Amino acid sequence: MVFAFYVLSAITLVAAGGVMVSRNLLHAVLFLILTFVGIAGFFVLLSADFIAMAQVIIYVGAIAVLVLFAVLLTPRAGRDNGETKLLLRRCCCRSASAAVFLFVITTPPPGPTELRQTLGASALGRALLETWVLPFEIASVLLTAALVGAIMLTRSAEEEAEDALA
Amino acid sequence: MTIGLEHFLTVSALVFSIGLAIALSKRNAIGVLMGVELMLNAVNLTLIAFSRFSVSERPVTGQTFAVFIITVAAAEASVALALAVSVYRNRETVDVDQMNLLRS
Repeated sequence: MVFAFYVLSAITLVAAGGVMVSRNLLHAVLFLILTFVGIAGFFVLLSADFIAMAQVIIYVGAIAVLVLFAVLLTPRAGRDNGETKLLLRRCCCRSASAAVFLFVITTPPPGPTELRQTLGASALGRALLETWVLPFEIASVLLTAALVGAIMLTRSAEEEAEDALA
Repeated sequence: MTIGLEHFLTVSALVFSIGLAIALSKRNAIGVLMGVELMLNAVNLTLIAFSRFSVSERPVTGQTFAVFIITVAAAEASVALALAVSVYRNRETVDVDQMNLLRS
């Protein structure tokens, strides 16, 4: 557990830093995929197996491919991030991280908690379809709206003219 | 030494900070989106860590929340990337510094 945690932290943080510093956007997407996989490993460590599978399928399988397609569909856009002024933003992010670190270090650790073993996929499905069924349905409506919206936004003018004739 | 809640929270805070830095410093709109995705992932990690380590009546609630965040992230990514492609068609750029049509 300890070894796996530190290896996963190293992979995740190095990959996230790679997204930050890579000049080429395609390399940034590949680092992003590595970060997603590392976080899925954390989910396995936290005994959230279903979320880990969903993370791999949705983030690595769908969102990363979507980002990759968007990068490839905008070929003549500037991919270089070279002349960005980073000083102020870097200072803000550093102070925010330092504040969080200070809070974590100075807070006394919580006592040993007893761990319930009701974190499996069956408990999650039961909670989704019994207690949280209304947000579940709202999420499906949101996904449908996003699907329709994405199709509407990416249609070209010729396609709209064709549809108006039909 | 055992791995506790604070270790996961530290990693999550670091990933969130890196995501925030990416979202603020990238000039390509798709790069900004990558930062946003990283931040959402860090929040998911926090929720699941709390759901694992906290003592509550229904510990699976945190995982339920994470499922909804993944759903919203997928919807957000699809719409935002469609916006980026649409902007690229009209302006030949996805640089957020050059999208200043509404500036007076």
